[in-house]
Amino acid sequence: MAETVKLTINGKQIEAEKGTLLIEVARQNGIEIPAFCYYQNLSLQAACRMCLVEVEKTPKLQVGCTLPVAEGMVVHTDSEVVRQSRKGMVELLLTNHPLDCPVCDKGGECELQDMTFRYGLGESRFVERKQHVDEEQWSPVVYFDRPRCIMCYRCVRVCNEGLDVTALGVGNRGVVSQILPNFHDHLECDECGACIDICPVGALTSGAYRYKTRPWEMHHVGTICTHCADGCRTTLGVRNEKIIRGNNRDSSGINGEFLCVKGRYAFDFTEHPERLQSPLMRAGGRLEPVSWSQALEAVAKKFIEVKQGSGHFGVIGSCHTTNEENFYLQKFARQVLGTKNVDHHRSGDLATLFDALTDRGKVLATVEDLANAKAVLVVASDLAQQHPMLANQIRASRRLRGARVYTVTPGPVREDKNAVASVRVQKGGELAGIESLRDKLKAESDLTIVFGDAIQGESLRKLIAFGDSLGLAVKYICLVDYSNSRGAFDMGLIPRDGGLSREQMLARDLDVLWVVGANPLKEVRGESKAGFLVVQDLFLTETAQRADIVLPAASAYEKTGTVTNVCGEVQKLKAAINVMGPKADLEIMGLIAREMGPAAVRTLGMWLPDKVFEEIRKTVHGYDVPMPVVATGGAAPTMPLNGRVAALPGSISSAGDTLFTSGTLGRYSKVLNSVMESPGALYEEKGRHS
Amino acid sequence: MPTTLYNEPSPLETKVLSKRFGLENSHRLDTYLAHDGFKAFLKARQMTPEQIVEEVKTSALRGRGGAGFPTGLKWSFVPRTSPKPKYIVINADESEPGTCKDRLLMEYDPHQLIEGILIAGLAMDAHKGYLYIRGEYRYLIDHTDRAIGEAYSKGYLGKNIAGTGFDFDLYTHSGAGAYECGEETALLDSLEGKRGIPRMKPPFPAVAGAWASPTLLNNVETFSAVPNIIRDGGAAFAALGTPKNGGTRLVCISGHVNKPGVYELPLGYPMLKAIYEVAGGIPGGKKLKAVVPGGSSCPLLKAEECDIPMDYDTLAKAGSMLGSGGMVVLDETTDMVKFALRIMRFYAHESCGWCIPCREGTTWLRKILQRFDDGGGRKEDIPVLGEVSKNMLGRTFCALGDAAAMPTISIVEKFREDFEKRLAGASRASELVTV
Repeated sequence: MAETVKLTINGKQIEAEKGTLLIEVARQNGIEIPAFCYYQNLSLQAACRMCLVEVEKTPKLQVGCTLPVAEGMVVHTDSEVVRQSRKGMVELLLTNHPLDCPVCDKGGECELQDMTFRYGLGESRFVERKQHVDEEQWSPVVYFDRPRCIMCYRCVRVCNEGLDVTALGVGNRGVVSQILPNFHDHLECDECGACIDICPVGALTSGAYRYKTRPWEMHHVGTICTHCADGCRTTLGVRNEKIIRGNNRDSSGINGEFLCVKGRYAFDFTEHPERLQSPLMRAGGRLEPVSWSQALEAVAKKFIEVKQGSGHFGVIGSCHTTNEENFYLQKFARQVLGTKNVDHHRSGDLATLFDALTDRGKVLATVEDLANAKAVLVVASDLAQQHPMLANQIRASRRLRGARVYTVTPGPVREDKNAVASVRVQKGGELAGIESLRDKLKAESDLTIVFGDAIQGESLRKLIAFGDSLGLAVKYICLVDYSNSRGAFDMGLIPRDGGLSREQMLARDLDVLWVVGANPLKEVRGESKAGFLVVQDLFLTETAQRADIVLPAASAYEKTGTVTNVCGEVQKLKAAINVMGPKADLEIMGLIAREMGPAAVRTLGMWLPDKVFEEIRKTVHGYDVPMPVVATGGAAPTMPLNGRVAALPGSISSAGDTLFTSGTLGRYSKVLNSVMESPGALYEEKGRHS
Repeated sequence: MPTTLYNEPSPLETKVLSKRFGLENSHRLDTYLAHDGFKAFLKARQMTPEQIVEEVKTSALRGRGGAGFPTGLKWSFVPRTSPKPKYIVINADESEPGTCKDRLLMEYDPHQLIEGILIAGLAMDAHKGYLYIRGEYRYLIDHTDRAIGEAYSKGYLGKNIAGTGFDFDLYTHSGAGAYECGEETALLDSLEGKRGIPRMKPPFPAVAGAWASPTLLNNVETFSAVPNIIRDGGAAFAALGTPKNGGTRLVCISGHVNKPGVYELPLGYPMLKAIYEVAGGIPGGKKLKAVVPGGSSCPLLKAEECDIPMDYDTLAKAGSMLGSGGMVVLDETTDMVKFALRIMRFYAHESCGWCIPCREGTTWLRKILQRFDDGGGRKEDIPVLGEVSKNMLGRTFCALGDAAAMPTISIVEKFREDFEKRLAGASRASELVTV
């Protein structure tokens, strides 16, 4: 326990850690010291002067957000002079504020509004004309309304300190000073929207959300982002079965308040006009809409026919569907269809990792482990592009807890700027690059190694041997692409026991190829080689276009279930909206089983997510996670390291998405397409990190 | 460079810092060397840093930039033994309205300043100095650069100065026209190439100033006094003034006087004598109405409050400040509404915008005063002027808010009748009030 001091706030005796900021101590003890510019984990500004409090034996009011508590301090936060001072500050804040709350997006959840109600004067004593500046649009998703701005500099700080993007600054001086974007009239940035999120007033508003609703007309659904593998919690604002907003203001989830452009905006694919509404069946060479019962009957008939005949099935699963769906699908394939040909797009060599680390205990880092790591080594990945939340954690660890960062990458990455050492390597030279850091890494007290798809097979075993040779606690994060890539592997969507890999399936003349939520034919020309192609998807993808039957599927925002993130943490999805037409993949599979007859249903069990998850907890290695954690929206780490894992056929490669792409799904997000920048542009072309 | 002085010296002056001002080519190194130049530096070289700081403490020199902080004490705060580089930064951002003395010190006697900086360098174990000159003094930057060049060429700057083995480099740095950058931490930000806004204190510049290194920051006049202190002894300098208020200072007398100008007067000099004798009294024999004692940020003194000696402590007791030595004399014809407006226009223009009370307060006070001056004053505006000012006083991030609030509070309180005289009829007021 650190040294403590005793102080008095409003007559209440308080003991607090020495040096803690007064505003924090007050908050911890249920005493409000209002503030706009003070924000936890961002640098101190002392600009808004709302937190002025009376401290006995000091001549003037003291700034609560910068004052460390000291022994014997006597503080009054609600004395006459303090109240009068706050009134004065709010009055001045409103002098140039347009008071257009009725048409402001922020109205109803505005900190200035709340402060005015609580601390402000009833009316203004100023009669002069307010200063007006026209609204500006800085990017497809960022609008700036200067008159509403109170200059708390939160946006500037979150962008500079939190994101390390430095897209915002302050220009001019005095009453005409204002927040400015980095490129004169527009932003060239991550488009993460953190600035909008953190704005206490309606000065920064979102192009995706503005004027669509009042905050109190939405209901909020906390679920997991369906894009990359980091597993951020995004709280979706829903109105009339439409998702309007994504944010995480309540800091629930492993990502805190952080969201990238995808988590915040790229939910709009759910209402894309090309979204499939009904099943399609090939007739006369064309895909024609049919009823669900027709489609399911046709699929079941074909499955039975092939099962009784050649038995040449191929099943390709998804990196986006839930654990329950993935589990159900592989069970369907293995136990009902009787095939070992099961796979998904593998983007990280989990098989080798788990095999090499078997029986090692807790050597797979969780997101929290990464946040607490004393040293981080990033190998062969541009985290800021592909794993924005992990990148954010590393930045926060470095900034707030002094973590030391090393990078071994083919090109410049954002972590370089604050890295202890950065090594540029050609593909294949990663291990040599890591070896060159040996002495530095040896001196660390612990290390978390985050590695991309370039490290697989033998190199991965060598990397682990390197980790072992350092003589310190080393943890690993094997990067994978999408929201449930990890879950797909864990659930067994893999060609074990001699099954065909994804590539092999595409190359063979299978009688049936069943693709659930994937687009394996994206880069394949000509017809599918399979005799019969069944596809479950949201859109008519390149694969679906060549299908014999297409079944419209619900997205992750429209169903329940669990997903496992890149660090192996299981989190629960919550349906935000209901859709007419499409069905959840689990239900589709269940209905196909039902069409195939009672034996299939008996084998597979009921297609209810909770039931399937119970079975997963009982049968899948490491998934015996505590139910209360998952049920209450927490992230439950899995423990997959027990037992050898056989090597698998087929290749492993990341799809190489950037911050602004998200595989096939990303193509259907208008927001992502509108803000897209070329990958790497943030560092290379502008020479920011030369 | 003008070879003539801006104003005739007064026989009543005590010339210490300005003693070379009238000499031909007073700004040249040769002239300086012929008149005691660099004797103090050589003397200081024989002293320990502690002795130098002690001598400055003995002199009772107080910062001439405005705050009047004891210089010796400030010097003792700088951790001389820190492994970081130490810097000397000279505040030549002379921006306080009414103050115009540093320019003369740089113009007529730049080598005295350089010598003062070198002595500070000895005392702080610093080897680099930055002379931050306000952008409006463009001609002075060139002028000072020439003086620095001259010092380098004769071995009074650079390596092994005057054969003593002491190295020191001095650079000028141009401000960009912001009053705020006269605030020491804003100056440092500006010097580092950032936007000139004040820093959070602590840490103070003495510990973490320029480039987060220990930094001694003083005004031009403060550094210019140092060679005199070292050469003649701190006690001799202190004896020129009053207790705790050592030496002389350059008082810039402007406004309604017959002989406006910069005069070097000992601390504790009677204010009325300065107005009526040194500066030649008020033109046309008009009556004195008020005095701004030390630059526009000081609370005004009414005529009847002016019979006091000019030292830091007496002025503080009188509810004002000695400030930066910019004394503005106002006669009975002065319209205090206009005067308040003129001051507030300046502060509203110069507020850096960092904190709310200063940014909004100065502008809205300006707007109200403007309307008053345009003939649209309302009775209810008078208390608003005072209350808004008081809400700024002591509550802003830096002293700029105080600087704007203090004179305004004093004007509204002491010259309320000037405001009441200017109240408009209701119709005129509503005409000028734009809602």
